[in-house]
Amino acid sequence: MSNSGTGHNPLRVAIVGSGPSGFYATEALFKSGLTVQVTMLERLPSPFGLVRSGVAPDHQKLKQAIKLYEKIAQNDGFTFLGNVTVGKDLTVDELKQNYHAVIFTCGAESDRKLGIPGEELKGSHTATEFVGWYNGHPDYRDREFDLSHPNAVIIGQGNVAADVSRILSKTVDELKHTDIAQHALDVLAESRVSDIYVIGRRGPAQAKFTPKELREFGELANCDPVVNPDDLKLNAASQAELEDKANAGNAKVYQLFRDFSERKSGSKQRRCHFMFLLSPKALIGDNRLQKLVLEINILSGDAFNQSARGTGETIELETGILFRSIGYRGVPIPGVPFDDKRGIIPNTDGRVTESGKFMSQLYTAGWIKRGPTGIIGTNRADSVATVNALLEDIQQNSTKDGKAGVEGLIPLLQAKNIRYVTYPDWGKIDTAEINAGKKKNKPREKFTRVKEMLGLLD
Amino acid sequence: MTTIVTDNCKGCRFTDCVSVCPVSCFHYDDEMLYIDPDVCIDCSACIPECPVQAIYEGDDIPEDKEHWIAINAERAPELPVCEEQMDPLPGAEERKTELGF
Repeated sequence: MSNSGTGHNPLRVAIVGSGPSGFYATEALFKSGLTVQVTMLERLPSPFGLVRSGVAPDHQKLKQAIKLYEKIAQNDGFTFLGNVTVGKDLTVDELKQNYHAVIFTCGAESDRKLGIPGEELKGSHTATEFVGWYNGHPDYRDREFDLSHPNAVIIGQGNVAADVSRILSKTVDELKHTDIAQHALDVLAESRVSDIYVIGRRGPAQAKFTPKELREFGELANCDPVVNPDDLKLNAASQAELEDKANAGNAKVYQLFRDFSERKSGSKQRRCHFMFLLSPKALIGDNRLQKLVLEINILSGDAFNQSARGTGETIELETGILFRSIGYRGVPIPGVPFDDKRGIIPNTDGRVTESGKFMSQLYTAGWIKRGPTGIIGTNRADSVATVNALLEDIQQNSTKDGKAGVEGLIPLLQAKNIRYVTYPDWGKIDTAEINAGKKKNKPREKFTRVKEMLGLLD
Repeated sequence: MTTIVTDNCKGCRFTDCVSVCPVSCFHYDDEMLYIDPDVCIDCSACIPECPVQAIYEGDDIPEDKEHWIAINAERAPELPVCEEQMDPLPGAEERKTELGF
């Protein structure tokens, strides 16, 4: 047989996860010049990962990245198999038998913990749960969020923290024509939250928001941004950070905080308070969260290398609900090495390793490869790098082994009685969602239960 | 409002931005890059990548660079898409220094 990647012996690659990094890896494979067959496996019936269920519903333009993924999916060598969980419905060994290579692009589905007393109290949530819930992710469909207390707290100052805070800050009118899940809109309509506290462990010069996300807080219909001018005083190292020309983004963020702090006190019904140099120490409450203890920090270290150190002095903040958004972790897949400390699949340039040794045929890209940093586009360069490593290995090994690919997989799934969802199947779900949205002047009304999606198909 | 490439790109064309663009909306000529506003999804991933800070969010563009909004919109659709990072233009490093970066 001819080398893999040629007409009679296509290079067959399984991609686990259908978010941006999965699609960018697919795109890179199709651009390689080789004959490639890609099977994309997704545990939900719906593709597109965090673009569908992470990107906030009021950021519809960002979701248009899906248009490119839809184009990639039209390639003749592409097969989507949704509603298939790797590690449960199919083993990694079964994938290795049927494919030359497997790329894990399954993201970081779990949250980092604060690791403080009271974290498990009712009212203490992860940002992931809330984001999944308002975006109609089936895993979070039945979560309950009690928005009856006037104060809400978000721990973290990155873009996910911004999304959560903004959704809590917006009026129903600002959200009702987005693709926000109806069950979320109903709960948000009854929200009594009036003060949202967004808390960062370091200072205003180190906040991780992008200027674009932060700017939106100055333009909300019924919520004023609040920053205490005293909190904007900088130490010499932070001053130096903001003066560095290469750090323009943080300088813009700081300037926005300054603009917010100079506003006349507003008359809107909600306020979003940005607070700095505070670390949560304990969550306190009888049956549910009632207050949060925060330790005041100071920064130490050189510019761009400053860390927050506790002073021992604490303050208390009453709140009924708290969301932590301090980083994400991957979830281990049976049969794939996992670095529990970092929450990623251990790898070198995308080649999966175990105790420093390469695991043949296994690759990884995206958040599960490098940790939860960067935005949608960052994953493109990352996936291209992994695919380049994969292609290099294929060339070096010049394997002539043929693999069955999706034709080998389908009988396995059928034997296990798994209702896999094809791309045309997804097309039906997609159309039904868009039609359901039309009645409400929304871009779509998502199905929020797997059963509902599958029910549409048979 | 879209994202815009401005004059700092002229003579540099580092194209670091292209490798993180999620939708391939950069186009190029012999001098610089342009963003197609109909394709760009305003994710801002490209902005911090530019070694000479040539890229601005529309809401944040300095007044003296506002004319670049129209230039990007006109030029991009008639030029080839820049799909992958290319070598910078000859003299790019010198120009970067000249621009103070």
